[in-house]
Amino acid sequence: MTENLLTVANLSAVSDREDGVPVLRDVDLTLRPGEVRGLVGESGAGKSTIAKAILGILPRTVRITGGRIDFKGRDLLVMKPRDLRNIMGSEIALIPQDPQTALNPARRIGFQLADGLRLKRGMSAKIAEARALQLLADVQIRDPDRIMKSYPHQLSGGMRQRVLIAAAFAVDPQLVVADEPTTALDVTVQKEILRLIRRMQEAHGTGVLFVTHDLGIVAQICDSVTLLYAGKVIEEGPVRDVLETPQHNYTKALIAAGPRYDRPDAGLEPVPEAVFRELRQEIGID
Amino acid sequence: MDEHLLTATGIEVTYGKRPGLFGGKPATPVLHGVDIRIGRGQTVGIVGESGSGKTTLGRALLRLVDVSAGSIAFDGKNITHIPEAEIRPLRRRMQMIFQDPMASLNPRHTIRRILTGPLLLHELASDTASALERVKTVLDRVSLPAACLDRYPHELSGGQRQRIGIARAVLMQPDFVLADEIVSGLDVSTQAQALKLLKGLSRELGLAMAFISHDLSVIRAICDYVYVLRLGRIVEEGPCEQVFGNPAAAYTRALLDAIPLPEYDPGWLERKSEA
Amino acid sequence: MAEPVIVIAPATKPPRVPSQLRGLLAEQKVLFGGGFILLLVVIATLAPLIAPKDPLEQDLMLGSLPPAWLDGAEPGYYLGTDDLGRDILSRLIYGSRIALLVAFASASLAALIGTVLGLLAGWYGGWTDRIISRIVDIWMAFPPVLLSILLVAVFGSGVHSVIAAIVIIDWTRFCRVVRAETLAQAQLDYITAARTVGFPRFRILTREIFPNIVPVLIALVSLEMGIAVVVEAILSFVGLSVSSDTPTWGGMIAQGRQLIHHAWWLLVAPLIALFATVLAFNQLGGGLRRALDPVLKR
Repeated sequence: MTENLLTVANLSAVSDREDGVPVLRDVDLTLRPGEVRGLVGESGAGKSTIAKAILGILPRTVRITGGRIDFKGRDLLVMKPRDLRNIMGSEIALIPQDPQTALNPARRIGFQLADGLRLKRGMSAKIAEARALQLLADVQIRDPDRIMKSYPHQLSGGMRQRVLIAAAFAVDPQLVVADEPTTALDVTVQKEILRLIRRMQEAHGTGVLFVTHDLGIVAQICDSVTLLYAGKVIEEGPVRDVLETPQHNYTKALIAAGPRYDRPDAGLEPVPEAVFRELRQEIGID
Repeated sequence: MDEHLLTATGIEVTYGKRPGLFGGKPATPVLHGVDIRIGRGQTVGIVGESGSGKTTLGRALLRLVDVSAGSIAFDGKNITHIPEAEIRPLRRRMQMIFQDPMASLNPRHTIRRILTGPLLLHELASDTASALERVKTVLDRVSLPAACLDRYPHELSGGQRQRIGIARAVLMQPDFVLADEIVSGLDVSTQAQALKLLKGLSRELGLAMAFISHDLSVIRAICDYVYVLRLGRIVEEGPCEQVFGNPAAAYTRALLDAIPLPEYDPGWLERKSEA
Repeated sequence: MAEPVIVIAPATKPPRVPSQLRGLLAEQKVLFGGGFILLLVVIATLAPLIAPKDPLEQDLMLGSLPPAWLDGAEPGYYLGTDDLGRDILSRLIYGSRIALLVAFASASLAALIGTVLGLLAGWYGGWTDRIISRIVDIWMAFPPVLLSILLVAVFGSGVHSVIAAIVIIDWTRFCRVVRAETLAQAQLDYITAARTVGFPRFRILTREIFPNIVPVLIALVSLEMGIAVVVEAILSFVGLSVSSDTPTWGGMIAQGRQLIHHAWWLLVAPLIALFATVLAFNQLGGGLRRALDPVLKR
C-alpha cells in the first residue's frame, strides 16, 4: 500500500495531430496527501497534458500509449466512466486557468456554487446555499451575500478566481489540480490568489498539483517541483533543493534566463544552444 | 531645441464618447494628464497593471489614438494635432513592436512582402533587389535565416514571429521604437533572447525606446528609466536603480513585493505590503 | 552572442499555388460542391450538344410520358415528357442556363456593390459609415420576396430584370458582412503596424484589409448564388422571370404543380435539380471558407 495520494508512473502519450509525436515520455510523478507540487516547463513541455490526463479531459488528438495514473491506489486510466465521474469534482477538483470562461455567464454565482454541492454531495438546496455562502467567506470575499447574487461578468478577474477556488475546495477534495490559475491576473492579485490557495490547501490538507511556467511561483507556493521539457521529466525534488542546487544544466540555465527586478543584468542570458543540444540528446529527439 | 527626442505633456485620453440625441454616450477617461520624456538613445520603461492606461499611452505617443488634452513633441516638432498626411513622413522615424506577433503580421502576406514593402514606401531602398539585400542583413542580425522570407506568418514559431516584428521596426532606421508588452507571450528562454536582441540593437543603433510592460523584472533587465503608471496617472518615475532600489511610492513597493522570485523565501507568501 | 539555432519548419509544400489548390481539394465540401457546379457549368454551356431533344419541340402525341424506368415510357425520353410532349431532361438542361446565368451575374454584382460600400463604411467610419449603414438598415426592412416581385413587375419580366432585382435586394447582405469584417480586421495589430509604417489609408484598405476579407467574401458569393437560383425559381414560378417559352426550373415547377396527380415527375425532376444546385453552392461556400483561411486551417 502506497502512502502517495497520486502516483503517475511511466506515463507516455503521443499527439495524433502531429503524426504521433510523443508529448509525454515516461513521466513519473508522485504527490503525497497535503503536498503542493509544481509542474513546471515551457510551452510544449507537457505540463498541461499531464494535468488533463489526470482529470480525464485530454483532447481526442492526444493518445496515451502507456503508464498509469494511480489515485489512492486505483489507476484512473482503466477506471469505469461511472466511477471516474464520481471521483472527478468530488475527490479531484480543478482550478482552471481562465476565470473568464470557467463560469457560466448566464447563472448567478450562488446558483453555480450550490449546484455542484447538490450534485456531488447530495445536499438540499437550502443547505447547499448556506454552505456556498460560508465558502465565499472562506476565500475572503468581503460581501458574500452580494457576490452570491452576482453574475460572473459583474466580478473582477481576481474575484472570479476566488469563486473558482471556493468551488474547487467546496467538495473538500483530496487532490486539486491548479492549471496556471494566475496567468490571467495582475501581479498584486496573483499574490493574493497564491496565498489563498496555499491557505485553503493547508486548512483542508489537500494535495495540489500546481501547473505553471513561472519558477518564481513554484518557489513561493510549492513544496516540491517537477520540471519538464518536451514531455520528459528533467529534474525533480524539493523546491529548495532544485532551486538552490539544480542538477541539470537546463534547470540552471532556466533559472538564469529569468529577469529579476532585484538584479539589473538578469534576464538577458538565453538558455544556451548547447543545453538544448544536451537535452535533445538525452531525450533522444533527432 | 529640446534635448529630449519625445516629450509628452499633460496627456489626457478619453474613450467612447459618442454624440447622440440625448447627450450621447459619456466618455471614459483613460489617462489623466501624463508627462513623459524620452531622451535620445534612452530606453524608458512604462509599467502598470491592467487598466493603468499603459497601452493607450503608448499609442497616444505614436499618434495612433487622439489625445483630448496635452501635447506631444517629437524631435522638437509639435505633433499633437497635425493631420495624418503630415505625420506619415515622420512615421518612419517612430516605429512600434507589438505584443501579439501573430496579429501584427498580415496573415495573407509573405515575410518578404511584410519587410520589403515599408522600405520601398519610404524609399529607403531604390528597388526591390536592394530592399531585399537590406532585409537579409537585418534578418541575419535578428538570427533568422533568409529561408523564412517566403513563409507566411503562421508558418513561423512565436519567437520567430516576434523577431520578424523587431526586424520590421529596425529596418525603418527609426529614432524611436515603442515596444508594447512584446515578451509577455513568450517562454522564459525565448524572452531572454528577445530582450537581449532588443537591448543590443538599441545600443548599436542609438535607438530611443519606450518599453511597455506589466512585468517589473523585464523592465529592470532592459530599461534605464522607469515610469510607474496606475489608473491613468504616473505614481512614480526615476532611474531604474532608484525606483527599484528605493521605491518612493507605496504602489511601486506593492508591485515589487508581489513578484515571486525563484528563490527559497518561506515568509514571502504571508508578507503583506502596506498598499 | 550565443547563436540560437534556427529551426524553421521545413517547407512541406514549396510551390505556393499548387499547395493552395491541393488544400482546396482536400476539403470534401469543396470537392463535391465545386464538382457539381463545374459539371453544371459544362452542361449549361454545351446544352445544344448534350440535350437529347429540342426543349421546345412539342409533340402532343407523346404528352405526359413517364420517365424511362416506368411503364409506358418511350425510348429516348429519359425523364419523360410534359403535357405538351416536350422532353423533360432537355428542358432541365436548358433550364440550368438561366439558373447559372442568374446565379453568377446577380451574385457577382451584388457582391461588388456590397463589398465596396461595406469596405468604405467599415474603414472610414464617421459619416460615410452612418449614411451607408442607415441605407442598409432601411433596405433590409423591406420584405425581400415582395420587393423582388414588385421590382420585376416595375422593370418588366426578363432575365435582366430578375438579375437587377436580386442585386438591388441582396447587396445589403454583402455590405453588412463586409463592414463587420472590416471593422474586426481594423482592430488587429497588423493594421496598426501598417499605419505606423506610414502606408496611406486607402492602400491599407486595398492591400492589407481586403485580402483578409476575400475568404469570407468567396463563401458569401457562393451562398448568394444558391439564393439567387431559388429567387429566380420563385420568380419563374409566379411567371415573372423570362418569357414562358424559355425553359426554366421555376417555370417547370409551376407547370408540374398543376399536374401533380397526373404526372408527378414533372414536379419532382426540376425540384431535385434546384435542390442539388443550391446544396452544391452552399457546400462549396462553407468549404471554401475553411480552405481559404490560413489560420483556421491549422
